[in-house]
Amino acid sequence: MAERKDPPLGGVIERGGTAHEYETGDWRKLRPLLDNEKCIHCLICWVVCPDSAVIVEEGKMVGFDLRHCKGCGICATECPDKVQAITMEEEAD
Amino acid sequence: MAISPVTKAQVGLTGNSAIALAMKQINPDVSAAYPITPSTTVVEEFSSYVADGAVDTELINVESEHSAMSACIGASAAGARVMTATSSQGLALMWEMLYVASGMRLPIVLTDVNRALSSPINIHCDHSDSMGARDSGWVQLYSETVQEAYDNLIQAVRIAENKKVLLPVMVCLDGFITSHAIENTTLLEDEEVQAFVGEYKPAHSLLDTDHPSTFGAMTLQDYYIVFKHQQSEAMKRAKDVVVDVGREFGEKFGRGYGLFEGYMLDDADVAIVILNSAAGTTKAAIDEMRKEGKKVGLLKPRLFRPFPYREIAEALKGVKAVACLDRADSFSGFGGPIFTEVRSALYELETRPKVISRIFGLGGRDYKVKDAAAVFEELFNVLKTGKVDTLTKYITLDASEEASQGGGC
Repeated sequence: MAERKDPPLGGVIERGGTAHEYETGDWRKLRPLLDNEKCIHCLICWVVCPDSAVIVEEGKMVGFDLRHCKGCGICATECPDKVQAITMEEEAD
Repeated sequence: MAISPVTKAQVGLTGNSAIALAMKQINPDVSAAYPITPSTTVVEEFSSYVADGAVDTELINVESEHSAMSACIGASAAGARVMTATSSQGLALMWEMLYVASGMRLPIVLTDVNRALSSPINIHCDHSDSMGARDSGWVQLYSETVQEAYDNLIQAVRIAENKKVLLPVMVCLDGFITSHAIENTTLLEDEEVQAFVGEYKPAHSLLDTDHPSTFGAMTLQDYYIVFKHQQSEAMKRAKDVVVDVGREFGEKFGRGYGLFEGYMLDDADVAIVILNSAAGTTKAAIDEMRKEGKKVGLLKPRLFRPFPYREIAEALKGVKAVACLDRADSFSGFGGPIFTEVRSALYELETRPKVISRIFGLGGRDYKVKDAAAVFEELFNVLKTGKVDTLTKYITLDASEEASQGGGC
């Protein structure tokens, strides 16, 4: 966070959309990996991602916003059983 | 029952009616409340004003005091002028939200009709409720009479919304003794109240979609302490604002207010420090004892948070022995809250009075003129012997006397 000498009273943030600047990707222990060969672009992962970290371009799932992905794994769990295009890997590996 | 039309003449009003009437005259944008004895009739009467269309207030009926304060916080963050009232367990249930209100710097005004806390359950006067909230970041004003409660509530709006303060304010009056007893009260005209409180212009509004903002965001090691420091500085500034608003109120309406009231204090050898209605009883004892030539006096704090330690020390520096009477025990094993504050404030003096703590009147137990006189006699004994025998003690403990009034249960 940038240094500010006099932050606004009561912690009010005087503009909107600031959650984008908060890089929750720092929290991640497991990283989602997409297998492009298997993905059917049903976009269920895009719907369920709590951090809006699934990137979709022209109706196609193209990858993850790793600045915001917390690695919760909901996308991998919800990816249809017959598809299993997303796997979670240890960040450390 | 609603009192109308409002007149400048003296009228007989209970404390709660006067508070409800002050709220009507202030005409807040939002009020959210949940009924609890003895504050119930404040909201009951105010809801009549709402139903009659006498105010523009949006009255939100909620399912608990926690929700009442939560709704007040939301409405205040939306930019509304917000007021509520509660007592005892109600204030206790608001606890975590009290800290949210002050931390978010929301100028909410709350009337606390002082009542004891359970257990045992008790509905009568006691300051344990507001004293428990004394460190929640709310400015606290205490009221001896119906008149003071009415005047304090009107001033509370100005204090809370002052740009140098922006903190919630709690106005306290004694349950039943003040809230349900009828006293002569001089009212202001609606227009006078409106002109005095002025229009509330919030710096931010949650409903201002052209300028979206976030309220109550998380801060961690990086900024939390900075916000608390701001809050602490605002609380210190509140003292001068209370004085300025009290002076202006006096200039406009003839009833000036300060940080505390001294009664026969200037030449007093011994003095009692006591809050709210019991100060009136103490004054009666002083009048009697002064006739006997005994130099006794009173200091009745009006502003308890922030605590005006310098001014109180200055006012008590000529007194030789002081008794701090608390209608609440802090269960510290070291006396009541007023005692520890006053005694600490006096430490800065080169020559300090002796100070003792006496806990009295819990759960509505009567504090009589003879009780005040007995404390003064104890103080004279301290002067005579030059030492304090009993630093902390409960008084008004004689149960047989209370039972004879039929007030037991």
